[in-house]
Amino acid sequence: MPLKKTLRGLLLLPALALLAGCNAVLLHPEGDVALQQRDLIIVSLGLMLLIVIPVIALTLFFAWRYRARNTQASYDPEWHHSTMLELMIWAAPLLIIIALGALTWVSTHKLDPYRPLDQLSKGRPVAAGTRPLVVEVVALDWKWLFFYPEQGIATVNELAAPVDRPIEFRITATNVMNSFFIPSLAGQIYAMPGMETKLNAVINKAGEYEGFSANFSGDGFSGMRFKFHGMSDQDFDTWVQQARKSSETLSVDTYQHLEQPSEREPIHFYASVAPGLYDAILNNCVAAAQKCADSMMGFASDARTKAPDMHAMMRSGDAAHADAAVAHDAMSMSMPMPAASESKSAPAAAPSGHTP
Amino acid sequence: MFDHLDLVKLIFGRLTWEALPLHVPIVLGTMIVVMLGGLALVAVITYNRLWGYLWHDWFTSIDHKKIGIMYIILGLVMLLRGFSDAIMMRAQQAMSFGANNGFLPPEHYDQVFTAHGVIMIFFVAMPLITGIMNFVIPLQIGARDVAFPFLNNFSFWMTAAGTVLVMMSLFVGEFARTGWLAYPPLSGIAQSPDVGVDYYIWSLQIAGIGTLLSGINLLVTIIKMRAPGMSLMKMPMFVWTALCTNVLIVAAFPVLTAVLALLSLDRYVGTNFFTTALGGNAMMYVNLIWIWGHPEVYILILPAFGIFSEVTATFSRKRLFGYTSMVYATIVITVLAYLVWLHHFFTMGSGASVNSFFGITTMIISIPTGAKIFNWLFTMYRGRITFSVPMLWTMGFMVTFTIGGMTGVLLAVPPADFVLHNSLFLVAHFHNVIIGGVLFGLFAGINYWFPKAFGFKLDEFWGKCSFWFWTVGFYFAFMPLYVLGLMGVTRRMSHFDDSSLQIWFEIAAFGAFLVLLGIISMLIQFYVSFRHRAALRDVTGDPWDARTLEWSTSSPPPSYNFAFTPLVHDVDTWWQMKQAHYKRPEEGFIPIHMPKNTGAGIMLGGLSTIFGFAMIWNMWLLVVVSFVALLAVAIGHTFNYKRDFHIPADEVARTEAARTTLLANHV
Repeated sequence: MPLKKTLRGLLLLPALALLAGCNAVLLHPEGDVALQQRDLIIVSLGLMLLIVIPVIALTLFFAWRYRARNTQASYDPEWHHSTMLELMIWAAPLLIIIALGALTWVSTHKLDPYRPLDQLSKGRPVAAGTRPLVVEVVALDWKWLFFYPEQGIATVNELAAPVDRPIEFRITATNVMNSFFIPSLAGQIYAMPGMETKLNAVINKAGEYEGFSANFSGDGFSGMRFKFHGMSDQDFDTWVQQARKSSETLSVDTYQHLEQPSEREPIHFYASVAPGLYDAILNNCVAAAQKCADSMMGFASDARTKAPDMHAMMRSGDAAHADAAVAHDAMSMSMPMPAASESKSAPAAAPSGHTP
Repeated sequence: MFDHLDLVKLIFGRLTWEALPLHVPIVLGTMIVVMLGGLALVAVITYNRLWGYLWHDWFTSIDHKKIGIMYIILGLVMLLRGFSDAIMMRAQQAMSFGANNGFLPPEHYDQVFTAHGVIMIFFVAMPLITGIMNFVIPLQIGARDVAFPFLNNFSFWMTAAGTVLVMMSLFVGEFARTGWLAYPPLSGIAQSPDVGVDYYIWSLQIAGIGTLLSGINLLVTIIKMRAPGMSLMKMPMFVWTALCTNVLIVAAFPVLTAVLALLSLDRYVGTNFFTTALGGNAMMYVNLIWIWGHPEVYILILPAFGIFSEVTATFSRKRLFGYTSMVYATIVITVLAYLVWLHHFFTMGSGASVNSFFGITTMIISIPTGAKIFNWLFTMYRGRITFSVPMLWTMGFMVTFTIGGMTGVLLAVPPADFVLHNSLFLVAHFHNVIIGGVLFGLFAGINYWFPKAFGFKLDEFWGKCSFWFWTVGFYFAFMPLYVLGLMGVTRRMSHFDDSSLQIWFEIAAFGAFLVLLGIISMLIQFYVSFRHRAALRDVTGDPWDARTLEWSTSSPPPSYNFAFTPLVHDVDTWWQMKQAHYKRPEEGFIPIHMPKNTGAGIMLGGLSTIFGFAMIWNMWLLVVVSFVALLAVAIGHTFNYKRDFHIPADEVARTEAARTTLLANHV
């Protein structure tokens, strides 16, 4: 009886996998990072199946072979130890995990979302001196705002990038946590208020891809979706021109209006953006009365200063470690002291989260 | 100064008639049904004059067996509630495509999935696990009760108090709309100003006190109260896993209490632990809650592993293979449980080295877990396996859990997690291990120890129906979610645009329907077994020809468990005693020292419910009154010196003589 059920379960798995092959975006992504992540999933699964399949097969076989009715099978009620077997049952998973662990260590470093890309796709390294397209992403309730500092434009709920040009996303949020995810492009990373996360990626094929928030953020969460367009260079330029021709501009006032919770916000293009708006959002000081988080912590001097990122501490073990320690000291002084913002003795280099 | 004092506000806080769901038909309907059901239950109890019996024999009982059974009943009742939430979610997701918005608006759907998670973990899995541990541990170690019998009763009522609060949120006000771990800033006062998160906080805080105290209680019981001869390495496997679980409870639950206390401070008095605006950090909450949360999943699974060990050995009629390595595997899992919490948020931007570290520690857990699976496998090897219901659940577990473990290790690879995190693949994975591991284990345990608790076996036919419906239903319900995860579908969505996904959700909904049949079969199984209890009677006290001490006493055991404390010479003591033709002592009984029932536990639990409710609704007057009353009852109880009594020797003799006669007539 257990045989039948388990067989059914087993048959179901590959059958479903086959069916899923048709339109499972994670198995057929168009961005190089997502593709490497896909390969990793397949290799890891393969490694694990080496042990999982024998275990399931043995379970079923033993259950059948040693069923009480089968009096032919040997019965040894006191047999309960075998050093050889014990060695094997600890060593087999151990070996698999050593292989998988090594794979994990290497791939986690290679595919660290903060790490600038070194290839556009397999066998095509990024040319020296390539500047990535920078996109600053803000998760609002419940829509996405994208700044293009290089182009001077901003958009809501639509994202575009040229094919085969590295993209560097800098990501934050206004008041709740979201997760920025375009499955066909690359893995996700959280968007969190007062913190900046980064994602490096590249799209290899023109097309329209789904993007959305992958972390529940309240009532409007289901509609927090956008289209990501991979475009040829010319099409991208046209797209940017189209945005520049927009009648709307993103002033502080417009932003504060946009910031109000709304669901299924239509696409907006903004021809220009108030200077320093993204940094003001990141540092929670869009409203004139608010003091920027970075100036509270004593890093006021530079307009391009990023938040004194607690987040950087989470990235210890990286090059940012030293900076993070500085941030930590600043944090422990904590609350906004009037003198702090004037202080010129504050560390010159602001910890910007991560130095690859 | 009293002219500012608003008496109505002081008494009722923010509670108004608006809080009743008179305008939401679904909730109103549920409320009416629940109220009618409750009234019917009260009527039946009153008609049959059962209140006195319930009060004296159950509610105030400090007998670990009865408390264990009450925990299990609580867990099973809440399973029905948690499962209704699941059915609603599956139905909503199966129909909410394109123009159709389903039958649940987001603000309702969000409560449903939050309540589902909270209830299933805190008010189904935890009470069931605690209940089984409570019932089995003293019997397996040859003790007469737990170390602190009153504390045990108090713990149960605190858990029940938390449950009452969760259930009240359905009808008075609302529950949290934040997901089951209530991450700030979403759960902060700015984003969730209503009472939902406060219900969440207070129900978990109150139930958490119960869990922590019961953890301490069982830990001390195992360490101090084992029968003579039962050294640590002669403890039954279930006791070992229970020991490790209670170590985890004692070390992890205070973290939950602390982090929820910080969240309460943020919400009630305006501190900024988790708000960025004034230097707080929400990631601190995420770290802390998972430092509790990851050990929590091992708190649930370890006792299930213990149950499988008992069941496999018993139904293979063979000694457990590799006892020593099983013990060490359990200990390794216990330790590693604390070193993996960050794998729940690889995608929050930790560095590659940090992510790799936590990824690899997570994978390492699969080594002892794998070893355990092999040990059960080789326990079956050269055995004589009978496929009774507990063994069927074990077989279902071994196959299902192996698949769930594999997808778990996959999620532990950080770059893979970047695409699978928060997806339905993840949802499928944890249901795969929690249903396939914890729940199957609990069902195995319930079927296995039921005759010990009630004196008759459960019906095999309906047990098998339940098993098949659950197992097949599980695969139908969750395999589509794996697929949807690979299609990039994220969790907690109340509406979808892409109609090509719908078929998968419909298959999943069908799976949930099969699981419903599984649950119904189980209820029928209880009913049918009760009707046929005479035929299913377990006269011997050892219906499975089992191996550990609990089977050496009668079914159900006398209140004192063992007339004489047994002497232990072996891991499988009872098996060894049977081999040595053990003869039950039939004379020389002495009075047995036992603890006395008390109503203090249920009173403290009731007052805690009132206190929590008052905190939730800001009824400050009631907060003060109930808190003072709590202290008064607690202190008052310390002056209760009439806590014990002796069961006279001749009563023991009578009880044992009755069993002797029963056994003689049977053979």
